[in-house]
Amino acid sequence: MKLTGAEIFVECLRREGVKTIFGLPGGVVLKIFDVLHQQKDIEVILTRHEAGAGHMAEGYAKATGKPGVALVTSGPGMTNVVTPLVDAYMDSVPIVVFTGQVPTHLIGNDAFQEADNVGISRPCTKYNFLVKDVNDLGQIIKEAFYIAMTGRPGPVLVDIPKDVAMNKGEFHYPDRVSIRGYSPTYEGNKWQIKQAVEAIHKARKPIIYVGGGAIFSNAHEELLELAELTQIPVDMTLMALGAFPGSHPLSLGMMGMHGSYASNMAVHFSDLVIAIGARFDDRVTGKVSEFCPEAKVLHIDIDPTSIRKNVHVDIPIVGDVKTVLRELIAMLKATPNGHSIEQRKPWWTQVNEWKAKHPLTYVQPPDALIKPQYVIDRLYQFTKDKDPIVSTDVGQHQMWAAQHFVLNKPRRWLTSGGLGTMGFGMPAALGAQAAFRDKLVLCIAGDGSFQMNMQEMATAVVNKLPVKVFILNNHFHGMVRQWQDLFYEGRYASSYLDTVPDFVKLAEAFNAVGLRAKKADEVDGVIKEALKADKPVIVDIEVDPYENCYPMIPAGGCNHEMILEDPPEMKRGEKPVPKVAGEDKDAVLTA
Amino acid sequence: MEHIISVLVENKFGVLSRVANLFSGRGYNIETLSVAPTLDPSMSMMTIVTQGDDRIIEQIVKQLNKVIDVIKVVDLNEAEFVERETALIKIHTRQEDRAEALRIADIFRGKVVDSTPTTYTIEVTGDVRKVEACINLLQPLGIKELVRTGRVAIAREPVRQAVAQPRRILKEEK
Repeated sequence: MKLTGAEIFVECLRREGVKTIFGLPGGVVLKIFDVLHQQKDIEVILTRHEAGAGHMAEGYAKATGKPGVALVTSGPGMTNVVTPLVDAYMDSVPIVVFTGQVPTHLIGNDAFQEADNVGISRPCTKYNFLVKDVNDLGQIIKEAFYIAMTGRPGPVLVDIPKDVAMNKGEFHYPDRVSIRGYSPTYEGNKWQIKQAVEAIHKARKPIIYVGGGAIFSNAHEELLELAELTQIPVDMTLMALGAFPGSHPLSLGMMGMHGSYASNMAVHFSDLVIAIGARFDDRVTGKVSEFCPEAKVLHIDIDPTSIRKNVHVDIPIVGDVKTVLRELIAMLKATPNGHSIEQRKPWWTQVNEWKAKHPLTYVQPPDALIKPQYVIDRLYQFTKDKDPIVSTDVGQHQMWAAQHFVLNKPRRWLTSGGLGTMGFGMPAALGAQAAFRDKLVLCIAGDGSFQMNMQEMATAVVNKLPVKVFILNNHFHGMVRQWQDLFYEGRYASSYLDTVPDFVKLAEAFNAVGLRAKKADEVDGVIKEALKADKPVIVDIEVDPYENCYPMIPAGGCNHEMILEDPPEMKRGEKPVPKVAGEDKDAVLTA
Repeated sequence: MEHIISVLVENKFGVLSRVANLFSGRGYNIETLSVAPTLDPSMSMMTIVTQGDDRIIEQIVKQLNKVIDVIKVVDLNEAEFVERETALIKIHTRQEDRAEALRIADIFRGKVVDSTPTTYTIEVTGDVRKVEACINLLQPLGIKELVRTGRVAIAREPVRQAVAQPRRILKEEK
């Protein structure tokens, strides 16, 4: 049967089980959009910017575990989607991005809206394709989804020239593909797993360090079983939040630059680090040369390049986290060692001491400015029974959310970790909401980050995606301001954002609901009202603009040398004077 | 330390760029690179010469393996190997130097592949030290132009296997 390229495209997506795609049309992809318009199986969500489409696909993929799909046009359409591609590559998010391309005979001629899509995206995708013949389209799309979803997941780009979409070709969609240069290892090496079992039995001060890989591999049950079986404390990276229940007594919470005191102390003084689906990012290790100096390192990861990239590994196990953990648990059970748990009693005493010494906490005086941590805490209290999906942007609010919003299930946490993409939160929340229409989706944002993709409020309203956006508004790029206070003698170079926009009016302009809280006793009220609304909501919360996020390990510092509060030598900068007399002027000046 | 890495890749457009990107994106250096199709025209063999300590080489090998168009990676330094490079050296010769140029070429078993009244083009093949020694000796005569292929290398067949094989053939013949 002969079909046009556009028809083949839609048929392939149907067979992949794609229900929703995020996109924005343009000259060379009109044919594909035209075919999509005439069918009902796949919903097309029109975004207001291609970056929004890319991040929505990411949010969709993170929340569902299925590949997120975006469709954009050539040239600027593709270049706008580069940031989401890099973001997805850093955080191993399976998305498939289809880009339009000028007709094959014009490629290389500097045609209108032409860009070298495969060239530009080569270093920021797991793989990419330029389709030169419509007869190859089915095979390529199958391979694209296969590569995105297998092994260490990642973004794949498929570049479709206009004539390929228009021409008729033979429709061929293989059931399975095999690529001779690509065969991810799923089973862990048995001998190495045996070594791991011995190391775990011997360890007196072990710690489990979980990364995002545990979530992608759906290994949360195995992880829980391993921790409970061995009674080893669990540290999570930013990407792993939810992989292990945050409220579980074995959980020490998030580790790393803004991780909890106990988690960082525990990893530093441990004698065995069990790294699971993590990649020893510099925000986690701190100073690499002094990362857990006394510990043996056991590393389970599906990507061999992650192993020994940053730190020395004593027991490497390449394989799928879930599969390896199952094997590991079975072997641990087969060689029971009751003593090991007994031997770890002093370790637990020490860990509990750390937990008690500096718990994550804050003080909210009733008449003072709203503390950002208080907002997160209240939001958590109000929504914890609703099992919400939480997305964040990047910055102070992200770290406070990671610290204070306790997550007990995987795939509830959407955040940009590796790339740290401001503007990620809002579209990612929309992607998740598009997948789960009935679920509560919260977006915790900063005033700086939100402004980077706020045009997607239109997408939210038009597509009836009732996400609740909570902006912790400090009129600053807060994390930048914090670093300027700590390391740049309080010179607020380009970190003050003044008093615009008025987010309540902005919400109203989008025909969404806008709410504002300026005092601590107003926080509960706006949260309740926001949760009641069946439309998208922006809640503008005026928070203390000078609150700093602690604990903090300065970049390149050691994990046990955390800053826990504003150091006495810290020099605050001069309070900026708003250039615009907005409604929020007072809040900033009185801070 | 210098390593020679053989990389078997898909013979497709963009593959060279993927491999080159990997090196440039991570700050690794390529000293020489040569690429040509294998017996099976759907694949090409790249020979890459690079520098690095054990940790870097381990990462390079792993990162190369991760590239989807890469089929097989072998770090030749892990065993014995044979390497060769060819240089084409065009030298400017005065009348009194011409005999000397030929003598030097002869020492290195080089061949004259082009000749004019004022120039010789000499082809010399060998391991890097030989090629460089030849260039060094010719330099005082005046090298006009020089091109080198970069190195190609192949693993030596393990001796035990080489001995075992003929015996097996003999048996089959009987």
